[in-house]
Amino acid sequence: MDKSSDSSTPRGEGWVWFTGLGLIIGLGMVIGLLSLVVMNGVTVFWAPKVPVALVDDGRTIIGQLAQRRIRAGSPADHPRYELQYQVGLRELNGNSYLWVDEAKIKSESFPADVLGLERVENGPAFVRPLSLRKSDGKLIAITDSAFEPAFQAEVAAASAVREKLVEITRHRIGDVNEEMDKARVALRRAEDLKLAAEIADRRRQIAGLEVRFASLQAEAKKVVEGGAVASLVSKDAAGREVVVPLTQVIRAWFPNRLDTWGRVQLFFSRLGEFIFDEPREANTEGGLMPAIFGTLVMTVFMSLMVTPFGVITAIYLREYAQNGPVLRIVRISVNNLAGVPSIVFGVFGLGFFVYVLGGSIDQLFFADQLKYNNNTPVFGTGGLLWCSLTLALMTLPVVIVATEEALAAVPRGMREASLATGASKWQTIRDILLPASAPGILTGVILAMARGAGEVAPLMLVGVVKLAPTLPFDGSAPFLHMDRKFMHLGFHVYDLGFQSPDSDAARPMVFATTLLLIVLVVCLNIGAIWIRNRLRARFKGASF
Amino acid sequence: MPEIMNPPSSSRIKVRPATEREGRKDYISIRDYGFWYGQKKALDAISLDIPERQVVAFIGPSGCGKSTLLRNLNRMNDLVDDVRHEGDITISGRSIYDAGLEVISLRRRVGMVFQKSNPFPKSVFENVVYALRVVGVRDRAVLEEACETSLRKAALWDEVKDRLDDSALGLSGGQMQRLCIARAIANRPEILLMDEPCSALDPIATGKIEELIHELKDQFTIVIVTHSMQQAARVSDRTAFFYLGKQIEYDTTEKIFMNPSQAQTEAYISGRFG
Repeated sequence: MDKSSDSSTPRGEGWVWFTGLGLIIGLGMVIGLLSLVVMNGVTVFWAPKVPVALVDDGRTIIGQLAQRRIRAGSPADHPRYELQYQVGLRELNGNSYLWVDEAKIKSESFPADVLGLERVENGPAFVRPLSLRKSDGKLIAITDSAFEPAFQAEVAAASAVREKLVEITRHRIGDVNEEMDKARVALRRAEDLKLAAEIADRRRQIAGLEVRFASLQAEAKKVVEGGAVASLVSKDAAGREVVVPLTQVIRAWFPNRLDTWGRVQLFFSRLGEFIFDEPREANTEGGLMPAIFGTLVMTVFMSLMVTPFGVITAIYLREYAQNGPVLRIVRISVNNLAGVPSIVFGVFGLGFFVYVLGGSIDQLFFADQLKYNNNTPVFGTGGLLWCSLTLALMTLPVVIVATEEALAAVPRGMREASLATGASKWQTIRDILLPASAPGILTGVILAMARGAGEVAPLMLVGVVKLAPTLPFDGSAPFLHMDRKFMHLGFHVYDLGFQSPDSDAARPMVFATTLLLIVLVVCLNIGAIWIRNRLRARFKGASF
Repeated sequence: MPEIMNPPSSSRIKVRPATEREGRKDYISIRDYGFWYGQKKALDAISLDIPERQVVAFIGPSGCGKSTLLRNLNRMNDLVDDVRHEGDITISGRSIYDAGLEVISLRRRVGMVFQKSNPFPKSVFENVVYALRVVGVRDRAVLEEACETSLRKAALWDEVKDRLDDSALGLSGGQMQRLCIARAIANRPEILLMDEPCSALDPIATGKIEELIHELKDQFTIVIVTHSMQQAARVSDRTAFFYLGKQIEYDTTEKIFMNPSQAQTEAYISGRFG
């Protein structure tokens, strides 16, 4: 048959291409976003070669290339580029970053003796070392073959000293301070109530703590003085002499001498620091451990709170509530709740959870604390608990709607079979409906988690901070401190991007943190999906 | 608990006269019963008595109200919104609408098998003992014994005894339906309602279930709704014919099929309409 005259060919098939187009646009955006974040986020940890550049105004620059962009005002047909170098040595240069017109660079070389340093303070440094002053006072020149092993050994020794110092100052002195605060509150209370015995007790305790404090300080001082005082004498691009004490050095590498394997090692060392360490330098350096932990704990608690609430509400709405206008209004309200801007939930959380609930808890259980500790609130201020609750409230509609749909999707036959055997309504719900709708409920929880983990705006009002001194979970009873403020990856991105004093230094961290946030949310979702699929497998072959 | 009155005989005659069997004649008594779904009257002035330990078949064309009546015997229609009834249904002399009788305890006495087999997505074992679990039986030995007894009665034991812990959803259609029967009789109800139990099954599975009905009627009063007149003739002692919500004729199966008193009944069973 002649195909062109076949009038039975379906019309409108062209629309298929439009749906495909929509998919391609969507996919393109997702892939574009992900690859941008991955590219920018991963390269942060890679150590490229560091050039020594001569500029035609006589300057020398030693620095890592950070950006290349078209100069503002340059003609479109002959664009002129400018380069941004990260030169480090903020204490000398005033700024770690430097823009140079590409055309003005006379020459670039990659000498093997360029040294990169990551430092505790003042950011990184790129220098050309001259000599090492060892802790025993001996000087070793760079030309000496003993320089490099001695340098590595001294860096390792210095970082051991630094770690010991952190252990003493942050942890042990911190513990003493915490105990001291508690004892002081107790003393004030005892004085107020005129409890002579306790006053004496507390005074003795405080005196004891002060002795411990002094001895720890002495110990710290001894560590500093007795430990490595080695320092590196080098010269910067301008030829100035720079002396860097090695206790300041976190990581040192020769960027132009490293082979690929060395670069990979350095990459993973930095990545490890990023994931497992605490932030430094106004969050622009160091790691994100507290933020990762905070995000994870907050999301898990949010899920633990929203799931029972949502499921119970949905069971009532679907199984018990009388059909009618009231139920319809409730359903519409629940659905509209999903559309309320998240910041509104933040305001509600602050007004209700923090001030009303938290305030009442403080009045009831922490009255002494309030009275004798300058009205310092415990639960009456933002914290992990209130963040979780606020986000639980925000994601509640998602779980309710998903659970209702899942309950409605359970075949009527199963429900009837259960009731016909003499099971009560509640037994039917518990034994038949809930297990059968568990995969659907979990889908709702997954969606809620995905939304909750990435939410920032409401958290800023109810307990997220840019730098929390302690994790919400530690070794002191009751181990989990739901009242503590915490760090959050989403807020961290905002803080780095908009609040950082050094925006050039923060820029790569923004991408790295974003990447980490995405990875974390994906991991949480994969975990939940894995659980759901296992549940689903149990119902496979259902022939209803 | 009803005892076994007659040992199951090996040779089955096609139609058994009702008089052969003992037991209360008006065990289930339906009196002037009417039923509405909203404004629509589904049943009108039904009055019939179902004797103890007999099989009664409800026949009639689709929409005649036979399933509605069946589902009223254990008040399954309570689950539907906006229904009401008139008249009364009594079981052993007590109204099923008695305020003192909980619907749950009624359903424990009146088991039901549905048209579509509806096993729970649980193991075979858990399916059978579900009715015992809901009344709080925890003793594993009791549950296992009840499971075996019920599965044997449902003629399924030999086929599933090695896979009691497997999902019930892996059984064949006929096995699933027999599993549903085992589940319905596990807590030893007095009455078994069957709503077109064979409509989705092949002839072999249908034959097994019909055989089962013969076995079970020694212990249970069985009410079965069926579209197949041959099936009604094969399994039932008494047959009721409904048409458009009205009870046209109710008599012994022999009488209905051999010598119906109503012209409509004769027309239906001879296949002239319906």
